[in-house]
Order: sequence, then C-alpha cells, then structure tokens
Amino acid sequence: MTIEATTPSGERMTLNMGPHHPATHGVLRIVVETDGEVVETCTPDHGYLHRSIEKIGECVEWPLFVPYTDRVDYVCAMNANLAYCIAAEQLLNTSPTTAVTVPQRAECIRVLVAELNRISSHLIAVGAMAMDVGAYTPFLHGIAQREHVNDIFERLCGQRLTYNYVTIGGVAFDLYENAAEQITAFLDAFEPEMVRFNKLITTNTIFRDRCAGVAVVSRDEAIAWGLVGPNLRGSGVDFDLRRDEPYGIYGKLGVRVPVGQAFAGRHGVVGDCYDRYLVRLLEIQESVRLCREVLKILPPPAAKAADPVGGWQADVTKVIKRPPKGEVHCRTEAPRGEMGYFLVSDGTKVPWRVRVRTGSFSAAGIFHKVMRGAFLADVVAIIGSFDVVVPEIDR
Amino acid sequence: MSALTAEVIGQRTRAAFPQVQPLATENGRPFLQVAPGDLQQVLRFLCSERDLRFDTLMDLTGYDLLKYPMVPPSDAIVVVYLLWSHVHRHKTTVKVLAPRADCRVPTASSIWPAALYFEREVWDLLGVHFEGHPSQKRIMSPDDWTGHPLRKDYLYPVDYHGVPHLRDGQHFEHVPARPGIPAVAPAPKKSTP
Amino acid sequence: MAEPITPAPQAPRDPTQTPGNQKPGNRQDEQVQLAAVDEFLAWGKENSLFYLLFATACCGIELMQAGGPRYDIDRLGMIPRATPRQADLMIVAGTITHKMAGRVRTLWEQMTEPRWVVSMGSCANSGGPFSKWSYSVLNGIDKYVPVDIYIPGCPPRPEALIDGVMALRERVRIYRTFGHRSTTPHIVAGADAPFGSHAEKDKPPEQAP
Repeated sequence: MTIEATTPSGERMTLNMGPHHPATHGVLRIVVETDGEVVETCTPDHGYLHRSIEKIGECVEWPLFVPYTDRVDYVCAMNANLAYCIAAEQLLNTSPTTAVTVPQRAECIRVLVAELNRISSHLIAVGAMAMDVGAYTPFLHGIAQREHVNDIFERLCGQRLTYNYVTIGGVAFDLYENAAEQITAFLDAFEPEMVRFNKLITTNTIFRDRCAGVAVVSRDEAIAWGLVGPNLRGSGVDFDLRRDEPYGIYGKLGVRVPVGQAFAGRHGVVGDCYDRYLVRLLEIQESVRLCREVLKILPPPAAKAADPVGGWQADVTKVIKRPPKGEVHCRTEAPRGEMGYFLVSDGTKVPWRVRVRTGSFSAAGIFHKVMRGAFLADVVAIIGSFDVVVPEIDR
Repeated sequence: MSALTAEVIGQRTRAAFPQVQPLATENGRPFLQVAPGDLQQVLRFLCSERDLRFDTLMDLTGYDLLKYPMVPPSDAIVVVYLLWSHVHRHKTTVKVLAPRADCRVPTASSIWPAALYFEREVWDLLGVHFEGHPSQKRIMSPDDWTGHPLRKDYLYPVDYHGVPHLRDGQHFEHVPARPGIPAVAPAPKKSTP
Repeated sequence: MAEPITPAPQAPRDPTQTPGNQKPGNRQDEQVQLAAVDEFLAWGKENSLFYLLFATACCGIELMQAGGPRYDIDRLGMIPRATPRQADLMIVAGTITHKMAGRVRTLWEQMTEPRWVVSMGSCANSGGPFSKWSYSVLNGIDKYVPVDIYIPGCPPRPEALIDGVMALRERVRIYRTFGHRSTTPHIVAGADAPFGSHAEKDKPPEQAP
C-alpha cells in the first residue's frame, strides 16, 4: 500500500536518520525526503562500518581469515564461520591431492552450533523489530534466551559472540562433557518461553496491524532484487539452501521451510513485514527441531581429532598452504539469507580474493524502493523486518 | 523446469552468440567469457530465454588480475556475474575482462535491479565504471576517498582529513601480501596541518 | 533512602589548601557545605550515568547484553539515551571507520559537560583486529575524542564493561562541579600518554564532513 506524499505547496523536508540512531541495527544512515508523514524518497548511505574485510582476506592466510568472518555477521558468527570454511573445503576438494574429509562428528557439531546460532540470531531479529515498533519487553525476553545459548557457546569455545570455532576441516574443539544434556535442557526450557513470547507480541493486534500490508515485496520483485533468506521466503518463494542445495548433514535431516502466506489475516499481504517476521519465528521452531535431531544422530567421540567418524578436525595444515589454483563459489544459508563466498586462489597460502556476498546487502538495496510511499513511522519497522545488520552490508 | 548442466548452457549461449567462449578455470569450474560490448545482449538472453531463465544474481563481483600467475599475464579487472535460476534451479558464471586503461562495462541493472548495489560496490572497490548505471557513486568508502582499494596496486592512505592512519610508533612492518606489489604506503610523514 | 555522606577519613586535604583558601571565609573548615555539595553531586552523577546508545559493531551486541536481564547495568543507574544531549557517558562500542569518526566527534561535542568517554573493545581502543590491514578503520577513537577508560576485549564481556564502568565511577567521584576544573583528570591528559595524546599534531580535525 503506497500513499502519495501530498502537501498543498509540495514542500518537502529532508530528514536524516543516522548514522547514529536508536534503532539497534547499527550505523546505517538513511536520508529521507518526506512531507512530514509519508516518505517520498529514501536514500541509504552505507560505509560507516566498512572495515575492508575483503581486503584483509587478501592479506592473511586461509585459516586465519576465520575470525574475520565472525565480524562479517557477529549475530550469527557460527554460520558465518561455517560459510567460509565450507567454501575453502570445496576449493581444497577440487583437486584429489588436497581433498579433505570433514569427520562425521564435526559435521554434526557444525550443524548443531549453526542451528543454535540461528535461534539466537533470529531472537535478536524479532526482538529488535518488536523494539523498533515500540515494544521493549520482547527484546529483553529474546536477550535473556540468547544468554543461555551464549553460555553453551562459552563452554564450548570460550567466546560469547565472535566464536572462531568452525575451522577449515572441522571444528576447533570437541563438544564438552555434558554438552548434549545442557543443550537439551536449554531446548526444553526454550519452547515454553517461545510460547510466552508469541503470546506477548506475535498475536498482539497492534503489532500485527502495524506490520500487516506494510512494505510488500512481491515474489517477482524479491527475485529480481536479489533478496535471499527469510526476506525471500516471506515473499512466497519456497527456496532454502539447507533443503535445496544441502551441505553438511542437512540432506539427511530434512529441513522444513516456512514460506510467507499473508499470515496477518485480513489485512495481510504475502510479502509484508509480518510475513517476514513470522517466517523467522517459524524458523526458530524448525531450528529447535533440527538441534534435537542432530543430537540423536551425533556419533560418539573418538580419541583422535582426525578420526573420520568420531573426530572433530581433519588435518589440513599441509594442504591449506598449497591449495589448488582456481576459484570456487559456495553458498550456505545463514540466518540473514544466503552467504555466498567466492574464493579465488593463486595456489599460495594467502587467498587472491575473498568475496562475501551477504543477504543484508541485497535487502539494503531494496530499501529505496520499498519505503517510497510508506509512513515515516513505518521506516524503522521496515528496516527491522528486513533484519539488516550493517556489517553485512558494509563488510 | 529442468536444471541444465553447464555444458548445455554454454552450448545454448554459444549458439545464440558465437563470440561467447565457454571456458573453465584451472580447477575445473566452467564459466562463459564475454567481451564488454556483447555483455548486455548476452545477459538479457540468459535472463529471458525460456530454458535458461536466470532470474536472479547470486553475486556480481570482480577481482584484479595484476600479477596473478597466469600465462599470458594480464592486468585486467575481471567482473564476475554469478547467475541463478529459481525456475530451473541451475546456475552459471559469466566473466568480463575490463582492461585497466579503459575500465568500462555496460550495466546489468536494467536486467536485474539487484545489480544496482553490486555495481556500485565494484565501482568503489575496483574502479570498473558501469555505463548506464543510474547512480554510480561510491557506496562503501567515503565520497571523497581516492583510489580503488581492492586493486592490487592500491596504496594505503597515510592520513584522512589530517588524522594519521597509524598510531604513534606504529608502522606497517609486515611484508606485502604479494612480492612486488606495494600493499602499504611508505613510512608516514608528519601529517601537515 | 539517602544515607548521610561522610567524607572518607583519608580524604586528602592538601589539594584544597591553596593560598587563596587561607583567606577568611575560604578555608576548608569554613566551606564544609560546598565540599559536601560537590560530593553529593558526584554521588548522584556516578550512580546515574546515562550512556549514549552508541553501538557500531560487535561490541554493541555485548553492550545490549549488558543492558539485558542478566547483567543489567540499569541497576547501576545506567540507562541508554538516544540523544547526546541527555547523556553523560559515551560508550564507544565497536569499530570506528574514518567515515564514521567525524560523526563520533560531533556526537561528543553535542554532549553536555561533564561528559566521559569509555572506549569499549579493541577496535575503539586501537583499531583491534583491523588495525594492521584495513585501510578504512580508524586506529583508535582517541584520535578524535579524549577517552577516559579503555576496556580491552574483542568483544569484552559484559562483566568487563561493568568493571570499566566501575573504574570510571572513580573518576566521576573526583569530578569537581564547583572546584578547580583543571585538576579533573579527563581534561588534562599527560603528554606522555602512549596513544592519542592531545599534542598539537594529534589534534582532531576541525569538522570532518
């Protein structure tokens, strides 16, 4: 639903939102031309967090780039690590002399931490969107649940936020002793919390009506503008890399994919803010189920790290110093959409080019189109529904 | 509604455009090499042809070939288009070599609006000018930044607006990433007020 | 609720015994009320440090978690304020790029005095993991604003942030609203400070666009 910006004399004011503004999405600057109520043009200004991570990729050795992938998307750092490591392993696997087999247990641990991190990432996403719309409490509930996931990860690898845990060839450490029990206990306590969360905000009439029909992105637009992840699925496109181009053990797990269906009811349209929001909530549910499945099929630990079944890290120290020359493109499903790594190698221990393609970048690309004709008050709700984190845009 | 292999896609494209070369990288990854002049027609064909229907860009990026170990050596900038078809679920790669001296390539934003942001980034970081792009400006670096950082001969700045890039007593003492390519500026002079 | 404030028995008397103080009416023991007001105000300030909600990158998430239910800096009186006019404290959390640095300076200048700056995380301290190879990251926010407390970590835990805030409160406690401002540590930085001195060559720029 777009509205014309009308004032009798056609006057416009230019409003500068950011780069420092209370919406928690980081240093994003949006210059909005409005008549006071309706947005006429919206021009995002990026680069306030451009940390030249892609240039750093050309300066450090292959395994040493993993901490920088954490910083590309710190809210879901495990998925970001995983994306790069899978791409590097695909590069190594293009030649039989450098091929690496990730141990089975490491594959399961990878999926486990990736799905746990998907839960905590989506909690921030839905919580921040609710906070932008005006509801502060769901965000605190989300943060509280995220603390439990942080506890698990802290016991696992020592870090709460930027883990540097998934490595090329496996994971850095094996699971700690009662990890399965702690994770199961967290999941058991988490499910009733999500029910409470939904009662608090998801079914709230005000929230639903504020998000219904706002910033509708049609199916064809979503595809043409390069949206990915929950933004794409919220517009009705049934595509998820975990199911359609599976990597790791996702093929065995059978991921069920939520797709936007005008969930908001009477006022809802496929591809509005509420659809994207609800797709994320349903993905949280699905991730909980996937974590439980993985814990069931987790192989028992072996003494050796490089053991093909029970180990946690294949030995890549020699092969990563001389990877095959060439390039590889590999994409995985991060919480914010597909994270595509395009790696170019010249055969040495330092990459020639590391390219990260992130979901938030394309989402930011559609802002100027989607906000035209929207109310000024909806601008923050729209940014929240697309779940952009600025380091993904700026890298 | 069926996925085609890379060879078939290459054959179909070459049948329509004989000047397109289906090649493969050293590790066996196939791609289509296109000259800048033919680029828009080829991309439009790939997007609209019924059996191909590449309706979205997975990525539009580039890299610099300066001092890349290849025979013959080149100093061009490669622009890479990674295309995906939601309809048929197949993918392809298109590469264009933009010569360093005349770094211009026609825009793909009239075919896929997703290219708008991607091309701005390639302009900012690699210096490839996309002709026909409605708003070709820097996106990551500040507007008054000089140079294109992802190029291999880019020199790091000594200071920005008078504030030195390095801290007191710090200097870039590490070896350059590649021998023969200066990755850092020479030792910073005192910044003049 | 308000307990009587007693000055610490070891409170040094020497800094206040300047020659001007020896004149009738200016002596320390004839000015007990002014000193108590200063301490009373300092007590109020240190227990209600409103911080500017300024989060750039990963440290911003830890800042939000510090404000969350488990670590809860609200119990220390710290509430996030969106506008610098209402903030006493700016916690620079996250990487600062050259493009952003001028805006940080503008925000700092908009804060009303007394104001303090805490540099949270390695990136704000000195550029962090990006200091060596990044062309666009500012190697430390103290090139643009004077910093009171540096909190190391990448990202620092919320407890580390709270520890840094506790250290800051020491400084807040000795800030003199009515006294001699020149003795306030955060305005005078030693010329031998290892990084980010206030020497002429490192003066922040006039106004970055």
